[in-house]
Amino acid sequence: MTKQVRQLDRVVIRFAGDSGDGMQLTGDRFTSETAQLGNDISTLPNFPAEIRAPAGTLPGVSSFQVHFADFDILTPGDTPDVLVAMNPAALKANLGDLRPGADIIVNTDEFTKRNLAKVGYADDPLEDGSLDGYALHPVALTSMTVRALENFEISKKDAERAKNMFALGLLSWMYSRPSESTLRFLERKFAARPEVAAANVAAFKAGFNFGETTEDFVVRYEVKPAKMPAGEYRNITGNTALALGVVAAGVRAKLPVLLGAYPITPASDILHELSKHKKFGVTTVQAEDEIAAIGVALGASYGGALGVTSTSGPGVALKSETISLAVALELPLLIIDVQRAGPSTGMPTKTEQADLAMALHGRHGEAPVAIIAPRSPADCFDAALEAARIALTYRTPVILLSDGYIANGSEPWRLPAVAELPDLRVEFASEPNGPEGQFLPYLRDPATLARPWAVPGTPGLEHRIGGLEKADKTGDISYDPANHDFMVRTRAARIEGIEVPDVEVDDPDGDARVLVLGWGSTYGPIGAACRSLRQRGLPVAQAHLRHLNPMPRNLGAVLKAYDRVVIPEMNLGQLAGVIRSKYLIDAIAYNQVRGLPFTAAELESMLEEVVKNA
Amino acid sequence: MHEAKNSAGAAPVALKLTAKDFKSDQEVRWCPGCGDYAILAAMQSFLPELGIPRERTVFVSGIGCSSRFPYYLNTYGMHSIHGRAPAIATGLSVSRPDLSVWVVTGDGDALSIGGNHLIHSLRRNVNLKILLFNNKIYGLTKGQYSPTSELGKVTKSTPVGSADSPFNPISLALGAEATFVARTIDSDRKHLQSVLRQAAEHKGSAFVEIYQNCNIFNDGAFEVLKDPSTRDEYVIRLQHGQPITFGKDGEWCVTHPPGAFGLEVRRTAEVSADEVVVHDATVAEPAYAFALSRLPEGDLRNTPIGVFRAVDRPNYDDLVRSQLDEAKAKLVGEPEAELSNLLNSGDTWAIL
Repeated sequence: MTKQVRQLDRVVIRFAGDSGDGMQLTGDRFTSETAQLGNDISTLPNFPAEIRAPAGTLPGVSSFQVHFADFDILTPGDTPDVLVAMNPAALKANLGDLRPGADIIVNTDEFTKRNLAKVGYADDPLEDGSLDGYALHPVALTSMTVRALENFEISKKDAERAKNMFALGLLSWMYSRPSESTLRFLERKFAARPEVAAANVAAFKAGFNFGETTEDFVVRYEVKPAKMPAGEYRNITGNTALALGVVAAGVRAKLPVLLGAYPITPASDILHELSKHKKFGVTTVQAEDEIAAIGVALGASYGGALGVTSTSGPGVALKSETISLAVALELPLLIIDVQRAGPSTGMPTKTEQADLAMALHGRHGEAPVAIIAPRSPADCFDAALEAARIALTYRTPVILLSDGYIANGSEPWRLPAVAELPDLRVEFASEPNGPEGQFLPYLRDPATLARPWAVPGTPGLEHRIGGLEKADKTGDISYDPANHDFMVRTRAARIEGIEVPDVEVDDPDGDARVLVLGWGSTYGPIGAACRSLRQRGLPVAQAHLRHLNPMPRNLGAVLKAYDRVVIPEMNLGQLAGVIRSKYLIDAIAYNQVRGLPFTAAELESMLEEVVKNA
Repeated sequence: MHEAKNSAGAAPVALKLTAKDFKSDQEVRWCPGCGDYAILAAMQSFLPELGIPRERTVFVSGIGCSSRFPYYLNTYGMHSIHGRAPAIATGLSVSRPDLSVWVVTGDGDALSIGGNHLIHSLRRNVNLKILLFNNKIYGLTKGQYSPTSELGKVTKSTPVGSADSPFNPISLALGAEATFVARTIDSDRKHLQSVLRQAAEHKGSAFVEIYQNCNIFNDGAFEVLKDPSTRDEYVIRLQHGQPITFGKDGEWCVTHPPGAFGLEVRRTAEVSADEVVVHDATVAEPAYAFALSRLPEGDLRNTPIGVFRAVDRPNYDDLVRSQLDEAKAKLVGEPEAELSNLLNSGDTWAIL
């Protein structure tokens, strides 16, 4: 039969199933195929902390959402147009998010009485009319997959597990995605088990052909490539981009890199990625605990490497004493905090921005550090380089605040030319700097207030440093009141004096009276909400902070140029509190802590009220 | 120039350094009479014989009286935070194999707040020389009991006696897979230096417990091991390859108890010569050294000093370094070009 082909400008698909159903992999492959086509993409994985929660239950549902379009997009999308539900739990957990009329593809094999009862369905939703408002496509995914693989010498379990590839094949047909990269991927992934590789390829093709032949799917869709700046692209997650940024920082600084890390969700992938790049002089130490992880990083920095530690909020809490030591020692150190929902263990796989206050203030004594935050997955690469620049130039710990949303989410990344990356080379101290030929470890560069980086092994510069207060210039132990006051102020001035670029304001028509100020991963939803408001003739300006300490010099003037300033955050107002106290601005805090990113729609309706009343 | 062996990367060189070269310009501020003075003096006069230039020697310490040690040595040094010195030193050692890295710590620093880092650096066999000054008391905080204080210790924080049993640092280190374990005493400079020498020669973690007198809060804790009238009866001097006998005239010896585990002390006269254990620090099985570590009685009778264990095992630094070197050998082009390849790897697409 001939199928109708319809053009769409954007689509949001959510793949959902049990945490063992391979939904992350399925979503990832669909994303890769979509990237090949040149669409703009944004993804949102959402999974439980349990590796295998009880099968078929609501807590065990894992999902992967991908938004792709023929124009540039900023978020993974608020409301899916398509849901692939591998079981009743996946349907129940995700149905409420769908737009009216959305396509729902369900694996009917899993809609048994027992599975329905497990999630509290009294009647079968596929039959009781409750899904009448949607375009329901019942597909026997498991049994069709098993049948398609009858002739393969694989176990029944392996055959059933290939159902996600059947689903991927079907969706690839529906949205006219190129399949070569997935077929190549399967050959690679199962290289050690060629029969399983062939079976997965067969399952994928069976799904594709099923779409082609079944009458249930009458329309095939196309989404044309997006107009994006010319260049070479790849799809990248925030954690991978961060790790590559750290590798690049080492190369551009011509320094070895040492990462100390202790496994923690959602930061572990940074450790995994960096452990692959030893040839660039990157050493990874999986330490005995979070404290040791930052300890080895600091020890390496002392020895002349770029010391890095990656963790999440609970880890930063444990590292705070060592961060203080690094403040006193005035050595470069990069602390990556991939924030997750707290307090305590909180919701490890869910996102939040609630560590800003800890980054700013979470140490004893006056212990300021530089803080920067990436705003999207690809931006993590540049943010890592910028954090390294500050750490190396100013000899200071820098906290980089990523979060679970951008760590696991992905988007296309226009690959930079290595030669155009910032030059991060540093000079170690090589000679005594004192008036009498002695070495003064705390004699500062007048421009940056940074002290010399004199690494062990340098003859004539032997000196002792430590956490006790130091006398200005000599670095000797000092309990002198005036000296302590001077040193505290000097350390603060060093951080306050860090050169950071001005914050840019996006106000296309220049007539906005309301400014939305954000930081970190809220960039996408805020940007999408602002665009939508402007399209409706409601002017609104957007500014997004990368540097949270120190803040850009022009920020005060920017804030004062608007009648109202709105600050949406995934916390209870941590940046808003800082802005209010620092700039005496009556900023409106808009807050949500649900473990999920803002939707553009909710921000849009909130901002609409503010703009109309401004 | 003495014989100069050391486990740091480069070969020793003739430097004509003396103890004076290793004294820093800082005034030493331990209490008068503290055992730390003796250890410092022994270290300053020992370091020249290693033949390692001052700039390639680094002392890293934690917090406590002993941890002031780096300030008084004219080498590189870091006085870090409580308990974390082994972790910081691990990062330094693994990234700088050319350095000789020493950790100076105390019983509270290493065994209480920093216990985890100590056992893991020993397990990894990081190329660190760890000197644990054990005075069985918290001195810097003015006299609370420590994790090596005896059960029932009466201190400011335990007015009716402590209720927790102490660690045996030697047993702990052995349990943590340490490859070099030794004990010495602050006041016995010759023995102290001989143990330091063997520790410096060892490739991997060397753990040295130094009994150190705190004359303010725990004076005389090791007096029976020092007093000429008692020490011969109390101290077992371990010497590799020698039968283990002690006492003024060698009247005591160490033997294997028939039909039981461990070691025991017996009268030399009551056993035949071939029953006396001949000390071998290189025994692969740590149970032997562990049995030695259990000999002391509560009153310090039968306290072995010297090297309990010195065995070869691949060290963390070398293993990490060889992985790194192997990977670096695969770097064909300039790092910038390789970085460009890395960024461009995976599924990429062009937008024109």
